Amino acid sequence: MVDDNNAGRTLGMTAGEVQRTIRRLAIELVERLGDPSSFVLVGVVTGGASLARLLADEIGRVEHCCPTVGSVDITLYRDDLYTGLEKPVLGDTELPFEVGGAGIVLVDDVLFTGRTVRAALEELWDYGRPAWIKLAVLVDRGHRELPIAADFVGRCLATDRSDRVHVHFGDNGGVHIDSTAEAG
Amino acid sequence: MPGAERRPARRRRKDMLGLRGVTREEITQILETAARIRAVNRRKVKKVPTLRGRTVVSAFFENSTRTRMSFDLAAKRLSADVLGFSASSSSTRKGETLMDTARNIDAWRPDALIIRHPCAGAPHMLAKAFPWSVINAGDGIHEHPTQALLDMLTMRDHLGELDGKRVAIVGDVLHSRVARSNIFGLRTMGAQVVVAGPGTMCPRKLESLGVEVRHRIDEVVEDVDVIMMLRIQRERLGRAMMTGVAEYAGLYGLDTDRLARARPDVLVMHPGPINRGVEMTPDVADGDRSVVLEQVSNGLAVRMALLYLLLGEESGDARNG
Repeated sequence: MVDDNNAGRTLGMTAGEVQRTIRRLAIELVERLGDPSSFVLVGVVTGGASLARLLADEIGRVEHCCPTVGSVDITLYRDDLYTGLEKPVLGDTELPFEVGGAGIVLVDDVLFTGRTVRAALEELWDYGRPAWIKLAVLVDRGHRELPIAADFVGRCLATDRSDRVHVHFGDNGGVHIDSTAEAG
Repeated sequence: MPGAERRPARRRRKDMLGLRGVTREEITQILETAARIRAVNRRKVKKVPTLRGRTVVSAFFENSTRTRMSFDLAAKRLSADVLGFSASSSSTRKGETLMDTARNIDAWRPDALIIRHPCAGAPHMLAKAFPWSVINAGDGIHEHPTQALLDMLTMRDHLGELDGKRVAIVGDVLHSRVARSNIFGLRTMGAQVVVAGPGTMCPRKLESLGVEVRHRIDEVVEDVDVIMMLRIQRERLGRAMMTGVAEYAGLYGLDTDRLARARPDVLVMHPGPINRGVEMTPDVADGDRSVVLEQVSNGLAVRMALLYLLLGEESGDARNG
């Protein structure tokens, strides 16, 4: 929920809006891609992995058939590992299906510069040659630095380049935008 | 650079010279990174682009096959370029000093040097003199930190947290850099260490490192979680150190009779290469309590983790997002 003590924080989406948007995205996915057994959801660790599981549950409720869910941790594929600061903590990549020939929906919570998506695509290619990959995101906050666009978008939010966008799922969740320019 | 101010600006470790003085927090970070990064070794494409464009030099001034291959493979799995030389084929044979050799390597602008050297402190000297990362792959009888880290990773896989676990180290503890690094690391992680060996190899003064000292293997096998057998280093021992290999095997070797008195779930470890019939009998080395080959695969993981954590300086301000 909104933290009124922090002047630089604004509410992007309420918890209810996040839940409704996930429901809509799930329906859109099966509307456009068909049978849930014909594609897999791969979430980017950590936010995208949570969203992928929620989308799969929602699809299961509507279609009585869940798509397979996997996850990619892109840390070892990042292009900013040499900033001289602490190295990021590694997560798990789990792809419990044959990547070669698969139809993959890559899932992330926030689409920003596009660099994470680039890294995720490179990692998926090391596991095989998918038939196709589409991109689904909860929030598109703009400021792309690469020619990457999402196929399924929950909500477009206007942000400043320096803002930080936080997504939390669940009843007390929501999307919050921290404006570093105004903070302090 | 958005977000940079949120990250801790703590200076990263440049080198891994030994486990003495390395904090519990840091050892845990290395072991947890290794436990994750080893998934790469189970993939079809066993390579990630993490260290693309980085150069790792391995300089082995002592014979080594597996440690050197393990480091080489670790660097390659992370996409670094690896070049190495060994003392037997290099200009050190022609009388070049270590510092001169290092200055030549420095002229190639490497990112890391992996060094094994017969003189204790050689890696430390280079680490002080040069900007690149130095990883100690064994310096004299001083330290061999990656061996101890892979040993601790193997123990953690089987025993969970090392706090309160009891580890026996058997053999020539005095001349073993493997034992020293393990003692420092295990004590930091809260494990108890008991060493056993002949008086010439396990002197009482080792107690100053915080370990218990025994002189008979039978005094230590019964109540420990891990039995770590050290290799008898014939190349390091003078004639006076022991009367004979056969006598040593009888007094300190691990055989099925001795193993039968240990806990049924005890782990038997050995840094390799094993002198079969000396440190342990073949049926123990190949038995179900032996985790020797897990140690070898964890060695690769630990070295990948260290290269990942140590390497890197400013080369752009691109952010993920």
